[in-house]
Amino acid sequence: MTDWQERYATATRDVYRATLLDIAKSDTRVFCVDTDMGGLEDGFEAELPDQYVNVGIAEANLMGVSAGLAAEGLLPFANTIASFAATRACEQVKVDIAGNALPVRIVGTHGGFSAGHYGPTHHAVEDVAIMRSLPNLTVLVPADAAETEYAVRALADTEQLPGPVYLRLGRKATPLVHRGPYTFRIGQADLLRPGRDVTLVASGPVPVAESVAAAELLAGRGIAARVLNLHTVKPLDAEAVLSAARETAGLVTVEDHLVTGGLGGAVAELTAAHHPCRVHRIGVPDGFHDQVGTETELLARAGVTAPAIAGAAEEVMRERN
Amino acid sequence: MEHATTEHAATERASSDSATAERTTAEQAQLMREQILQMGTGPDGTHVGGSLSSADLLTVLYQEVLRLRPEEPDWPDRDRFILSKGHASAALYAALSARGFLPAEELAEYGTSGSRLAGHPLRRLPGVEFPTGSLGHGLSLGVGTALALRRTGRSGRAYVLMGDGELQEGSVWEAAMSAAHLRLGGLTAIVDRNRLQITGDTEERMGLEPLAGKWRSFGWQVLTVDGHDLDALRAAFAALPGPTGQPVVIIADTVKGKGVPLFENKKKSHSVKLSPNLHRRALAGLRARSRRQS
Repeated sequence: MTDWQERYATATRDVYRATLLDIAKSDTRVFCVDTDMGGLEDGFEAELPDQYVNVGIAEANLMGVSAGLAAEGLLPFANTIASFAATRACEQVKVDIAGNALPVRIVGTHGGFSAGHYGPTHHAVEDVAIMRSLPNLTVLVPADAAETEYAVRALADTEQLPGPVYLRLGRKATPLVHRGPYTFRIGQADLLRPGRDVTLVASGPVPVAESVAAAELLAGRGIAARVLNLHTVKPLDAEAVLSAARETAGLVTVEDHLVTGGLGGAVAELTAAHHPCRVHRIGVPDGFHDQVGTETELLARAGVTAPAIAGAAEEVMRERN
Repeated sequence: MEHATTEHAATERASSDSATAERTTAEQAQLMREQILQMGTGPDGTHVGGSLSSADLLTVLYQEVLRLRPEEPDWPDRDRFILSKGHASAALYAALSARGFLPAEELAEYGTSGSRLAGHPLRRLPGVEFPTGSLGHGLSLGVGTALALRRTGRSGRAYVLMGDGELQEGSVWEAAMSAAHLRLGGLTAIVDRNRLQITGDTEERMGLEPLAGKWRSFGWQVLTVDGHDLDALRAAFAALPGPTGQPVVIIADTVKGKGVPLFENKKKSHSVKLSPNLHRRALAGLRARSRRQS
């Protein structure tokens, strides 16, 4: 196991906590606003109590307090569960944070089905659609723990990111996408694999990993699939997506989110306006998913598996011919 | 104990706002009421009742309490005022105008297309810290602001004016709980207790009493004052704690529509578009009341 693999063989939320503490030690603007999540008090509060506040189990208050802190020049990281950030506290995010373009970093863990065993109250499969619709918000969905560290470090740069950000994290360790350091830029798609036949556009840990595996399957069948990791869902890397639309037979989007309004929705909107092409969206179907299961089980039911993605890619190619 | 320095506020005001310096605070409040009625003649009227009930306390705040620099709206050491009951925007605009943040002539643009003076305050208007209008947001914003002022060591205080009906929003109590727990003495909440919400008496619709007891049990120091008694308001604002003290809520007992007999204690005064005839009658009533009292 390489150092890289050892270092990042962990959950996105764990590497987030460690990185946040690290940047806060040298950047006194960083302020950790907790809603009693568990895990921030041991490290962050213990080491930097003056840069930490727990507002209690109160997500609306979390967002308003964070907006107030940001308006005064601090750099608040607002911590809650993805579903609570996007749905329970949606209006505070919209009016107080997004509407004012304040540099609040909203960090939602338990994204997608990463807390599948907790049931539908703790599933977040509409959060990206909601956050993407709000003004000024940048929406980030890191594909693994390493990418989470890149993203969190980027969030401290208020010159590059003067507005609010939604960072969507998972709960457990997920496969690593890269084997070592790579170039991470917010707003720029991460090209994981070149290919001229068809393109897989993915966001989120399991979707990206399954898309890479699908490309392997397709390679075995003589099909060169391009794989793009869209860690930034807003602003979408229009150039990378439209190039793929022009240069390959079509696109398959893969996400751990509803097929409406998230990555697939964003890609379909963009291509419909600028280069209409076949866009096959794989993700969670409409419905209240009243089910218990592991993240991979629930996503498999939604078709987020390498074989299903490969099958969709072949279908896109057949339709083109 | 650190006191809200009314003297300091007066000095800041005198240096920046000589045009209105000769008016007494009571005269400013009367002018504000006339301006609210005028704004109520705009295309879609205004929230007359709740603006008039806030008029005296907003006038005391803006004329005597808040440390502000109209020529430097982002002055780091200013006091922060958040109108959580954003529908009383007409009263706020009148207060900002009296303090020199915007020309009095601009009030005529209230609610017209392209105006900066919306039915609920826009942040791009100088002097507005946060856009408000959706109830239950302001106190959390005040908590964050007061926490940041304490953390950065700035001298300003945070004031949040809420309506009484607004206290039915659950988020208010999340914020109230946290302010007391964090001992944010630099935050002062003010409740415009006019006892009326759109469909009637707050106590008949969704009772708030015992209101002082509720705030006390949440860890706040409660000052109950007559919200139309300028001296009582002055005394309340002069007795505020320092940045780590117990936060204070001023429950200002007020009359919805105060000063205009047509509107006083009338639930229908909540949102009114004043026709020329109604405006004439309302203004005549306001002035007659004022003459009797002086």
